[in-house]
Amino acid sequence: MIGLEIDRVDFSYFDGLVLEDINLSIKAGEMVGLLGPNGSGKTTLIKLASGILKPARGEIRLDGNRISSLIRRFIASNVAVVPQQFHIPFAFTASEVVMLGRTPFFRALADESEDDRQAVDNSLELVGIDELAERRFDELSGGERQKVILAMALAQQPKLLLLDEPTVHLDIAHQMEIVELVRGLNTGRGITVVAAMHDLNLAALYFDRLILLKEGRVWADGTPEQVLTEAGISEVFAASVRVEVHPLTGAPHIVVMPRVRTTKPH
Amino acid sequence: MKLKRRNKLILVLSLLGVCLIAALFLASAFGAVSISMPDIVKMSLNKIAIFDFPTTWTAAEETIIFQIRLPRVIGGALVGMALATAGVLFQGLLRNPMADPYIIGTSAGAALGATIAMFLPISLAFLGFGMVPIAAFIGAVGTVFLVYNLARVGGKTPIISMLLAGVVVSSLMAAIMALLITINDRLHLSLQSVYSYLLGHISVTGWEQLAVIAPLVIGGVIFARFFAFHLNALSLGEEGAAYVGVNVERDKIVILALGSLLTAAAVSISGLVGFVGLVVPHAMRLSFGPDHRLLLPAAALGGGAFVIIADLLARTVMAPAEIPVGVITAIIGAPFFLYLLRRTRKEYAF
Repeated sequence: MIGLEIDRVDFSYFDGLVLEDINLSIKAGEMVGLLGPNGSGKTTLIKLASGILKPARGEIRLDGNRISSLIRRFIASNVAVVPQQFHIPFAFTASEVVMLGRTPFFRALADESEDDRQAVDNSLELVGIDELAERRFDELSGGERQKVILAMALAQQPKLLLLDEPTVHLDIAHQMEIVELVRGLNTGRGITVVAAMHDLNLAALYFDRLILLKEGRVWADGTPEQVLTEAGISEVFAASVRVEVHPLTGAPHIVVMPRVRTTKPH
Repeated sequence: MKLKRRNKLILVLSLLGVCLIAALFLASAFGAVSISMPDIVKMSLNKIAIFDFPTTWTAAEETIIFQIRLPRVIGGALVGMALATAGVLFQGLLRNPMADPYIIGTSAGAALGATIAMFLPISLAFLGFGMVPIAAFIGAVGTVFLVYNLARVGGKTPIISMLLAGVVVSSLMAAIMALLITINDRLHLSLQSVYSYLLGHISVTGWEQLAVIAPLVIGGVIFARFFAFHLNALSLGEEGAAYVGVNVERDKIVILALGSLLTAAAVSISGLVGFVGLVVPHAMRLSFGPDHRLLLPAAALGGGAFVIIADLLARTVMAPAEIPVGVITAIIGAPFFLYLLRRTRKEYAF
């Protein structure tokens, strides 16, 4: 298990601050959801946490070590990232793609080891896609591909899993499947999870802690009940909603209130 | 599973290795004078002092083989190995199936360098090379260096900027070339030499040149194999590769430098032989899969055999006239490429 500290971080691309004065401490074993409108900085925060972007100010620490002082190979054997989608231009099979997750463990001319093959088989099984192993990645459906990518991330045997809107292009069944898999990895294996999520209800159902970003700043940080309030959501997303209680779990459940009435009132 | 992959590797590479050696002997046997293949094998084995076969051939034949044919055939093999390996490297790094060793300006730089060398009133020789191959080599490597630095912003060199910078720099160099060709009479520039360089023509003057090119190409092919895992990971894109532990900016420099050196080595003795660096990597990928651990050595062996055969045809089909080898590689390469593409159309998902 591994914790993540984001300490007074600013970040900007070429024009203007994207993230401003971010202070977050994520403890080992937590399952944290990042919420916020498009452009609020969720993806940038995920990239900063993975070390592929460098903060303009402040520092990011993995288990107390400054991420900027760690080499990529070391980071990749502790932290895995699942992006929205991957485009792979060559015809690799699913198991070959999952094997790419073993890259940080390979030595230049050596062949893949028994450990590597074991890790790939385990990951495929864990995600429940053993039967896809020899299928070609580019011929799989969006949901299947996302599972292959999740299996690839697991083949890295990460202690921290970062996900950037992993369900954004998927149908409702696949969305739930992916999020439940991640939840299971968090409770079952103690993998720390930080996931940018666009679906507030899905986030409310499966995450212990939610962080709401607005225009590059942390606007709220707490349990789903604390973060997902009617006032908060209408302020941050500029959407009118009502927050109900999920009939089964008691989690907050956001109901969107249409501004144009499309159905007749009873 | 393990055995399956290893067996495939051994089988494919042995097969291609046999093809390469067969092509070497076949191409040595044919030409203005035909020399029997057993004789070639025997005289080669005598030469490296393994055996002492009785001499059943003439001294002239021995001279033809060792002073003319073998240097050229081996030169062809090295050109093919270098271009095919560079093609795999560039296609993998740029994630672009249309990439070839010339894509970021090596060809334009080499052509301009060679053309300038052709009219400069200087002649010097270095390690057995005249001005033209040296200038071509410098032109190719220098252009990639220029393109890389033009594309560099804020400590990173995005692939897309590199491709764009490559196109722009190539066009500029092509324009300068066109200018030089226009005023060729004032420069005393032989258009025939320029033309021959642009179409590709394997010109090895002797063993001395091969002693420089061979270590460069064979060393490069072996060194490339160290990057096989990282090239596989680079299929995920720059960010994706970084997520699985690749130091992308460093790999980019090394792979680019390696691909450019291999290409520069090839064009210095052959001019711009087209299609090899595009077609051979594709043919190998479509036949044996995209895993660079197999793809890199397979392309090197296949590329070597392909250029040997193309060059054999170039000098025999219309003998005594010689067709530029680049014409042959395109005539064989293009239809073969189309066939492969149609057979496995789904291979490339854009």
